[in-house]
Amino acid sequence: MKLPDENKLEKLKKRRQRIAFIILGTIGYSIVAILISILTFIIVKGISVISWDFLTSMPEEGMTKGGIFPAILGSFYLVTGSIIVAFPIGIMAAIYMNEYVKHGTAKKIIKQMTNNLAGVPSIVFGLFGMALFVNKLGFGDSIIAGSFTLGLLILPIIIRTTEEALKSVDDTFRQASIGLGASKWQTTKNVVLPIAFPKIITGMILSIGRVSGETAPILFTVAAYFLPRLPHSIFDQAMALPYHLYVLATSGTNISESRPMAYGTALVLVVIVLFTNLLANALRKYFSNKVKM
Amino acid sequence: MQSSSKKFSERFIEGLLLISSSITSLTVVLIVLFLFKEGLGLFSHSAIEEGNVIAVNKNNQVSVLSGEQLKNIFDQKIVNWKELGGSNDSIILFRLEDISNYYSDEQIGENFEHLPECISKLNDSISGIISFFPDKYWTKDFKGKKIEFDPITMKEVFAGKEWFPTAHPAAQLGIAPLLLGTLWVSLGAILLALPLGLASAVYLSEIANKKVRSILKPLIELLAGIPSVVYGFFGLVVIVPLIQQLFNLPVGETGLAGSIILGIMALPTIITISEDAMNTTPRAMKEASLALGASKWQTIYKIVIPYSISGITAAAILGIGRAIGETMAVLMVTGNAAIIPHSLLEPVRTIPATIAAELGEAPAGGLHYKALFALGCILFVITLIINLIVEFISSRKKYQNS
Repeated sequence: MKLPDENKLEKLKKRRQRIAFIILGTIGYSIVAILISILTFIIVKGISVISWDFLTSMPEEGMTKGGIFPAILGSFYLVTGSIIVAFPIGIMAAIYMNEYVKHGTAKKIIKQMTNNLAGVPSIVFGLFGMALFVNKLGFGDSIIAGSFTLGLLILPIIIRTTEEALKSVDDTFRQASIGLGASKWQTTKNVVLPIAFPKIITGMILSIGRVSGETAPILFTVAAYFLPRLPHSIFDQAMALPYHLYVLATSGTNISESRPMAYGTALVLVVIVLFTNLLANALRKYFSNKVKM
Repeated sequence: MQSSSKKFSERFIEGLLLISSSITSLTVVLIVLFLFKEGLGLFSHSAIEEGNVIAVNKNNQVSVLSGEQLKNIFDQKIVNWKELGGSNDSIILFRLEDISNYYSDEQIGENFEHLPECISKLNDSISGIISFFPDKYWTKDFKGKKIEFDPITMKEVFAGKEWFPTAHPAAQLGIAPLLLGTLWVSLGAILLALPLGLASAVYLSEIANKKVRSILKPLIELLAGIPSVVYGFFGLVVIVPLIQQLFNLPVGETGLAGSIILGIMALPTIITISEDAMNTTPRAMKEASLALGASKWQTIYKIVIPYSISGITAAAILGIGRAIGETMAVLMVTGNAAIIPHSLLEPVRTIPATIAAELGEAPAGGLHYKALFALGCILFVITLIINLIVEFISSRKKYQNS
C-alpha cells in the first residue's frame, strides 16, 4: 500500500481551511453588512425629514404633514410610567434573591417564574394588560394601563441586570460590613447598593430603549390611532412612537404621502435605541474603570 | 429596646423584598388565569352570532346543527335537507332583509310591530325554510322550531380549516391556517438564519482577531435592540417590493417576506448565544487538537462545534420561539390572509398577527374576543414549552461541565 504523500495531505488541509475561512468570513461580514445597511437605510431616508418642527409640532392633514410631537410625548410618559412601576419592584426582587436567599427552593421557583415571564411574547402581554388593567380594573385605554403592562414586561430585564450588578460586588465588602456590626439591610443599603448602583442604572437605560420600541403591548392598552390633543392625565389615551410608525406605514389615510413622516418616525425610534445602548455601554466602561481604582 | 425596633424594621424590609420578588410569579399566574379564563370560555359558546336565532319549520326532522353545517347552508353549499339527515326538501334561506320578498311594508307595520308574526307565519308555511333573525323577534307562540347549537368543540377549533370569526350567521373558528402560517413563517426564518448565524458565530469566536471581534459583537448586540416595528417597516418598503418583482407576484406581502424579516431579526440572538457557547470550549481541548496536527478548521468542526452543540441547539430553539411570538414585523409584511398556505409565496397570517389585527374590533366578552384569547393561550403554551426546553438543554450542559 502506498502512503499518500505527507506534503500533499498537508497542502490539502491548508487549502480546505483557507476555503472554509473565506466562506465563513464572507458570511460573517455580509451579515454585519446587511444589518448595518438596514440602519443606514432608515437613517438616510429619515434624516431629511427630521427638523425641530417635526419633533415639536402636531400631525396635520391626515398625518401627511406636521410633526410627531404627541407620539414622542406619549412614549416619554410610557417610559417614565413603566420605569416607576418596574424599577423599585425589580431592584427589591433582585436584592431579595441575591442578598437574602442565596439558595433553596423559593429562589429556584422565583427564578424559574422570572425566566418564564421574560419568555412571554409581547402580544400576550397586550392581551393580559387589556384583560386586567383596561377591562377588569377599569382603567380604560390609558397611560396608566400601558405603563403597568410595559412595566411588567421589563421587570425580568431589570431583575436580571440588578442581580448581575449585585453579584459583581465582592463578598469581602459584605463581610467587612457585617463584621462591623451592621445588619443585613444596613449592609445592603449602605455598602452593596452604592457599589452596584452604576450597573443597575445601565439596566434601566437599556430598558428605556426596549419600552420605547414595544408596540404589541400598547396596541390595546393605551395607543390612540390619532389624537388631536395632548393627553390630559394618566387616565387618558396617548399616541406612542412605535404605534404611530405602524399607523403611518400601513393604515394612514394617504400612505404614499405619509411615507416621509414614517421614515422620520422610524429614525427617531432608531436613534433612541442607539443612544440608550451607547450610553449604557459608555457608563459600563466608565464605572468599571473607576471601581478598579 | 433599640435592638428590638431594629429587628422589626429588618423584618419589615425583608417582607417587602419577599413581596417584590414574588411579583413576577404573581404576574405569570395572573396571565395564565386571565388568558385561560377568557380563552376557555370559548368552548361554552355556540358558534352562532350572539342575540340571534336559527329556526326551521316545525315538521323538519333536523334539530341540531353544527357551526360548519350552518355556514355551508348559508353559503348554499348544502341545498337540501336530505344532506343533513332530514327529508328530501330543498333548503330555502331566510334572512331578515328577505322579509320584503314575502310581505309588504303595511303588513309588517310602520314600527315592525307585526314582524315577529310574519316570521312566525313564514316558518309555519314553508316546509324547507331556515331562518336567521335577532332573538328579539322570537315570541313564545312562535310556530317554527328553534335549532339548538352545541358549544364549540376543541375539534372544530384545532382541525377547522377556516378562520372567519365575523362570519354570518355562524363564526368559523378553525385555527389550522393560523397555526400552519405561524409554523411556516418561523421555520422559514430559522432555516435562513441558523446557517448564516452559525457561520458568523464561528467566524467571530474562532477566526476573527480580537479587535475585529470587539467591534462586531457589540454592533450585532445593538441590532437586537432595534424595535420590531422598525424591522417591519423596513420589510414593507424594501423586501416586499423586491419579492414582488423577483417572483413576479400580484402582491409582495408573503410568507417569504415574513421569514426573511424574522430571519434577520433572529440573527443577533442566534449569533450571540452560539458564540457564547463556542467560547466556553476549554482551551486545553482546542490545543490538544492542534498539537495532534489538526488544522484550525479541523479543530473547529471536530472539537468546537460538537462541544458547543447544546448551546447552538438552544440558540436555534430560542430563535424559533422568538419568531413564533413576534407580532408587529410579521403583521406588516405577510399580507395576513387567513388561508391555509400552499407555498411561502402566498400571503399568510400568523397567530400573533391575528390577535394584533383583530382584537381592536372584537367587542369585549364576545365570541370573537374569547377566540382571540384562546389564540393567546396557544401562543403562551408554545413559547413556555420552548423556553423550558431551552432551559433544560442549558442546565444539562452546566451539569456536564461540573
